[in-house]
Parts: sequence; C-alpha cells; structure tokens
Amino acid sequence: MPFSFNTVSALVLRYVFLYTRHPVRFIELIFWPLVDLLVWGFLTVYLQQRGPGQFPAAITFLIGAMILWDVMFRSQQGVAISFLEDVWTRNLLNVFVAPVRTVEYVAATCLVGVLRVGVTLIVLIVVAALAYGFHLTDLGLALLPFLTNLMLFGWFLGMFSTALIMRWGQAAESLAWAVPFFIQPLAAVFYPVSVLPGWLQPVAHALPCTPVFEGMRTVLAGNPVPWGQIHYALGLNLVWGALAAWFYAANLRHVRKTGLLVKVATQ
Amino acid sequence: MSPSVPILEADRLVKVFGAATALDGLSFTVAAGESLGLLGVNGAGKTTAMNLLLGLTTPTSGMVRIFGLDLWQHRIEILRQINFSSAYTSLPSNLLVWQNLTVFARLYGVPQPKKRIDALLELLDITHLRKSVTGRLSAGESTRVNLAKALLNQPRLLLLDEPTASLDPDIADRVRKLLRRLQAETGLSILYTSHNMRDIEEVCDRLVFLHGGKVLAEGTPAEVQARFKRASLEDFFIGVARGEIEAIGIQ
Repeated sequence: MPFSFNTVSALVLRYVFLYTRHPVRFIELIFWPLVDLLVWGFLTVYLQQRGPGQFPAAITFLIGAMILWDVMFRSQQGVAISFLEDVWTRNLLNVFVAPVRTVEYVAATCLVGVLRVGVTLIVLIVVAALAYGFHLTDLGLALLPFLTNLMLFGWFLGMFSTALIMRWGQAAESLAWAVPFFIQPLAAVFYPVSVLPGWLQPVAHALPCTPVFEGMRTVLAGNPVPWGQIHYALGLNLVWGALAAWFYAANLRHVRKTGLLVKVATQ
Repeated sequence: MSPSVPILEADRLVKVFGAATALDGLSFTVAAGESLGLLGVNGAGKTTAMNLLLGLTTPTSGMVRIFGLDLWQHRIEILRQINFSSAYTSLPSNLLVWQNLTVFARLYGVPQPKKRIDALLELLDITHLRKSVTGRLSAGESTRVNLAKALLNQPRLLLLDEPTASLDPDIADRVRKLLRRLQAETGLSILYTSHNMRDIEEVCDRLVFLHGGKVLAEGTPAEVQARFKRASLEDFFIGVARGEIEAIGIQ
C-alpha cells in the first residue's frame, strides 16, 4: 500500500504549530500526570513508613505502575484527541477531502501520541527520581519493550475510541478519556492478576498491558526480566492491532455509507 | 485524458438513507473549464451530491468519475487535483493563517509552498492576514483564506459549497469576480452550490436544478428561465420552493 511520510509529517506539523503557539497546552500533558504522581508517590512514602514488615520493599512499584499507565493513557489520548481536535475546529472535512490515506491519518495521530508520551514521560521520570528516589531506569533492558508494548496498546485503544466517536458523534467524545479506564480494573496496573476473581483472570490475560505491569513488578522485586511475558504482550498487541484496524476501517465504511462522517464533521 | 472526457461525471447516483431517498438517479457532467451551478431548495439533494462527489459519503449505486477515473478506485490521485471550500467548514481556528496554509500546502504536495502561499495571499488581497489568528477573522476574511486553501494545489476542479454564504454584498461580489477571473486565467472547472441566484447567474455557465433528488432543470440560467417562463432565476427558485413549478414535471 502506498504511504506518504510527507503527508504524515504535514499532519503532525499541525500539532507542532498548535503546541508551540499555545504553550499553555503543555499543562494538560504535565499537570494531571504530576498530580497522579504526587498522590501515588506520597501513598508509597506512607506505606514505606509503616515498616518493611507490613509491605514489601518493592512497594515503589506503585510509582512505576502510575508512570507506565500514563504512557499507555497518553498514547491513547494522542490518537483520540487528535481526531477530536479536527472535529472541534471543524477541520475534519478539509482533511478528509485532502489526499490523505486513512493509514496516513492514523499514523499521524499515533505519532502525536508518541510526542505526547515523550513530554509526559520525561517530566514524570525526573520528578519521580528527585522527589521519591524512584528510578524508572531500574527496569533496565526491559524498559524499552515495556514502553513499546504500552504505546502500541494505547494506539489501538485510541483507534477503538476514535471509531466509536465517529459512529456515535460528538456526544460520545467522553469515550476519548473513558476507554482506557474501562480496562484499568482488569489490567493489573496496581495489583497482580491473582487478586482478581478467577473468572475475570482470562480477560485480564487477554490485555497486552497486563503482562507489562506484571513484568514490571517482577523486575522491581529483583527478579530477572520476564522475556516470556514481554513476547506474550507483543503477540497480544498484534492481535489487538489487527482488531483495531478492522474496527476502525469497518466504522469508517459505515459512517461514509450512512453520512455520519459529514454529520460528525459539521456538528 | 481525452478533451471530450468530462472533468466530472455523476452517473445515475442513488443515495438512500434508511427510508429516505436523497438522490434518485442523478446524472450530470462538468466539462473542462466549465462552471456548473448545483441548485435546489433545502432537502433537494445538493449537499448529498457534493458529499458523494468528494468521497465523503458512498453512493447506494451509481458512479462518480473525475478526470475519467473512478473516484473510489483512484481517490488519492483525484483528490490531489481537486479542492474544496465550504462556508460550513473552517481551518483550525487556533493556528495562524500562514500555519494553516503551510499544513495544507504540504498535504497537497505543493512545491515551494511559501512562494505559492504568498502569491495566493496577494491574489486574494489578504497578505496582511498572514500572521492573523484564523479564528479571529471576519466572515469575509475567513472565506478568502478558505479560498486560498482551496487554490493551493492549483486544482483542475474546484468544488464550492455556498462560498458566499454569510458574506456582505461587497465581499460576495469580490469573490464572484475573483472566481470568474481565475476561471478565465487558468481554465479551472467549478462545481458551485448556492442559494444565492446572483452567484449562479454571475459565476456559472450552466446550472443543474435538483428537486427531490432528481434533475428538474438543466441548462444556462437564461435557458432555464425561458423554459419555465420565469422572469428571473430567483423567481424560478421560488416557484419550485412553493410547488408551482413541480406541476410541470421533471422532464
């Protein structure tokens, strides 16, 4: 399939213009993650002060979990909010009648996700190290595949969110924020899968982010990198990626057929 | 492409939304260098037709050929050579005019985008708006910026959806004259929808009047007036809207 990097870079350029023209928008990328980090950081400090007998020394995984969760969340937001920006500014039709392939449009939103994650991650890593002595780099070699898997899953959740917003219109735009939280209770972000009721555990194991969070706790507890978990997450991501692409394409076909695309774009 | 091949060809387009038929076998062509007005009262099918021609909506049946190519088979190739401007879309309001035009110039693969943007801003007499925030422009300024975006890629076919809606008579007149000039200078083909009959009379060589998703009348504005024995195109429009002309029947 032909693919134009120039088209993708032009679409990304919009966001570069947007963020450099309105630096206040960086607050959105930094403020909420920082609030989360402070809450989970102080909780961790409190639990550590209760004494090593009551909580494992690796309780700092709460901070790691919060940071890694934010990577996935920001990645998903990059895809979904980029689409909504076009809807809010009534620019969607201009983009859809320009020579832009769907795959280029989605790739651009994914790249915006990477940029958003980059900004948030740097700030969180620095603040976590300075304020709580938590070093995400302690995850060593596993850090890169952990981040990659979460970023990929964030993109795919973003594609699901966007497809649903296309289909249900702006009334469904809260899905852009809600979709990741639908799966959070099952994703073993802050606790192991074994805590979940038995009948829910297979669902948890079907999410690519679950082995990442389980793997992070394993590494922070001083155990070797669970490469099997990482490969399992990657395999799940391939399946979720295929499903997300199918769902996005099917919904785009549907909204083109029913005229909903124009309605969403001109609401 | 052979000179005899129309720039745009709508071929028996049908669009059904649930129980409603928005277009019922619509066929028309736009020749090279021609300006065609697409008219109709509200609900006649103009917007649906425009959306089908832009590939925003898929037809229930029928075909759209642009430059002799099937729109859905050659979508990207076609979109590179056409452009669109509507009173109902806007460029991102939070960016500066030059930023928006730069983004679209790159999307359309315009060589030397800065030079092209400067030339268009000058042509449209909006060079002073280069560094303005798009969302703070007046309706007239915004229309001209949208037109600049629509002309970036030197399109062979321009689709305009009510471009003079919400413009004062002075600016509307300037826009019409500009379009006429562009057409004369570049051989641009235009498909133009409007509720403003003056737009159609001044800009369009020919018109297609839709009613109930079908072509009610087709020809030059003068031919349509003469055929339906109306003093003006506006009088014809009002006659259709009030059901006086429908009795003559779709021929």
